[in-house]
Amino acid sequence: MKRNPVLRVITDLLLPPILLFALYVQFHGDYGPGGGFQAGVIFAAGIILYALVYGLKKTQRVLPPQRIRVFVALGVLLYAGTGIAGLLLGGNYLDYNVLGSNPLAGQHLGILLVELGVGITVAAVMIMVFYMFAGRK
Amino acid sequence: MINHLPILQVVIPLLVAPLCVLFRSPRLVWSIAALTCWIILVIAGVLLHEVLSNGVISYEIGGWAAPWGIEYRLDEANTLVLLIVSGIAAVVTSYARLSVEHEIAEDTIPLFYSAWMLCITGLLGITATGDAFNVFVFLEISSLSTYAMIAMGKDRRALTASFQYLVMGTIGATFILIGIGLMYMMTGTLNMADLAQRLPAVSDTRTIRAAAAFLTVGLSLKIALLPLHLWLPNAYAYAPSAATALLAATATKVALYVALRFMFTVQGVDFTFGQMRLDLILLPLSVVALLAMSMVAIFQTNVKRLLAYSSVAQIGYMTLGISMASATGLTGSILHIFNHALMKGGLFLALGAIMYRVGSVELDKLAGIAKRMPWTMAAFVAGGLSLIGVPTSVGFISKWYLILAALEKGWWPVVMLIVFTSLLAVIYIWRVIEVAYFHAATDENSGIKEAPLSLLLPTWLLIGASYYFGIDSSLSTSTAKLAVLRLWGGGL
Repeated sequence: MKRNPVLRVITDLLLPPILLFALYVQFHGDYGPGGGFQAGVIFAAGIILYALVYGLKKTQRVLPPQRIRVFVALGVLLYAGTGIAGLLLGGNYLDYNVLGSNPLAGQHLGILLVELGVGITVAAVMIMVFYMFAGRK
Repeated sequence: MINHLPILQVVIPLLVAPLCVLFRSPRLVWSIAALTCWIILVIAGVLLHEVLSNGVISYEIGGWAAPWGIEYRLDEANTLVLLIVSGIAAVVTSYARLSVEHEIAEDTIPLFYSAWMLCITGLLGITATGDAFNVFVFLEISSLSTYAMIAMGKDRRALTASFQYLVMGTIGATFILIGIGLMYMMTGTLNMADLAQRLPAVSDTRTIRAAAAFLTVGLSLKIALLPLHLWLPNAYAYAPSAATALLAATATKVALYVALRFMFTVQGVDFTFGQMRLDLILLPLSVVALLAMSMVAIFQTNVKRLLAYSSVAQIGYMTLGISMASATGLTGSILHIFNHALMKGGLFLALGAIMYRVGSVELDKLAGIAKRMPWTMAAFVAGGLSLIGVPTSVGFISKWYLILAALEKGWWPVVMLIVFTSLLAVIYIWRVIEVAYFHAATDENSGIKEAPLSLLLPTWLLIGASYYFGIDSSLSTSTAKLAVLRLWGGGL
């Protein structure tokens, strides 16, 4: 599809807003609809769109499969690590109250980190699954 | 830190799972996994000691109080299962290194151990949690990682086996979720202890009866109770040897624990056996499972499949004990969960060692193998004797309690059945022994050496444990009896 100028131009136009919207859904998830899962899916959809139009090789130059694999693990670690941080700071596992100076700030920070972990892993897994299918000979 | 042990038990393997993905070296990943499993075994031991001396432990996740937040609740029943799961995990993971290197491609080994740790996380989580929805979440974690592990088997049939289990397992998990959802609809709570208090008021409604039906069918799928066992033989036969040993010794046992928890603690004895008459369904299914599956096992040519069918039959003993709806019967069931984990784990580890040296577990490939691998086959024979139920083995202890329970009820045919199916076990174990000990070795088998020590030691550890707890059964029986008291909820 590389040679089709319409698709290429539309992709170039759409890609930045898609990735930006993913970040909006991610970080606005605390106040409105959204959250890590949806944000991760939107982000991955943007990357997959790019891969469909420009090809797998070019996409993997930006996001090599090995690095994606690291991100798959990183999200889970961030989630579970946030829980452990609460535990080390004197609360129970996943107790966000102790993360900040007051419970409100703590809860805010905790849910932000946890959702970020979800977002990273979901996006990485989606891209990984796409790589697996697209890379089959 | 000691009061955080209930959650660390589950979270440590959860943290190690993604770490496994980050490293490349199979040896390093294995070391981390094995070390983790021994740590959680120590934690499980400490927890059991705490529970036995100080009573129930409750842990509130995120600091949210119990009926609203997620509560981990450890009593005698689930701490015993925690000990089984983490004990088997520790031994089998120590064993896994060579077996996994032999059967799985080098670049997928880190992923295998990641799935392995996730599976253990799931099994421990299901057991430790006191929240019905949390059970479903951990069930999915353990199931999904199990499908992945089975699919990594060397045989291409592992893929279809895994897919079959995926379909059946997903149906089972969906049914369980529907059951939990219906109970939530009627009571507005997901906490098991809270559910147990609120359910009696609404127990005579169609919704709750439907919930019980969905839960029973869904869990039966996971337990592999007779008509719903079809996924199990292929899954066990084609999964990597180490994974088979882990699953055979833990996965169905944990599902059975969940079933016990829902039948006895959440829904209560009066509802399950008085109103729903679940015993009338479980009894014939258990009898047929014992008879039919033992017979099918006799005709298998693949030893892993043979033991898999034997597992389905042995599950019949556990459900038989439940169907008696008596304290002795339930004690027998819980003991058999513990005992069967030891002996089936040991047997599958011995088979893994044979797989490592011979490259196959087809019966005709094992001719005369006992001369080449005397220690491995001796472990198989010892495990087999335990499966049959020879005195001094653990198999004897649990069958003893089941027979006692049947006698209490005056169910003479059931007593005969237990004895008769033990004889059937003699036949299928004998078939392997006959080929391995009394057939002349084929030319292919002449160069085979004894399995390396790192495979033999864990195998003998489990086999040894299955005789230790057969001779000195005080720890397992006393804990099982306390667990029965706890599950029954003071109604005894």
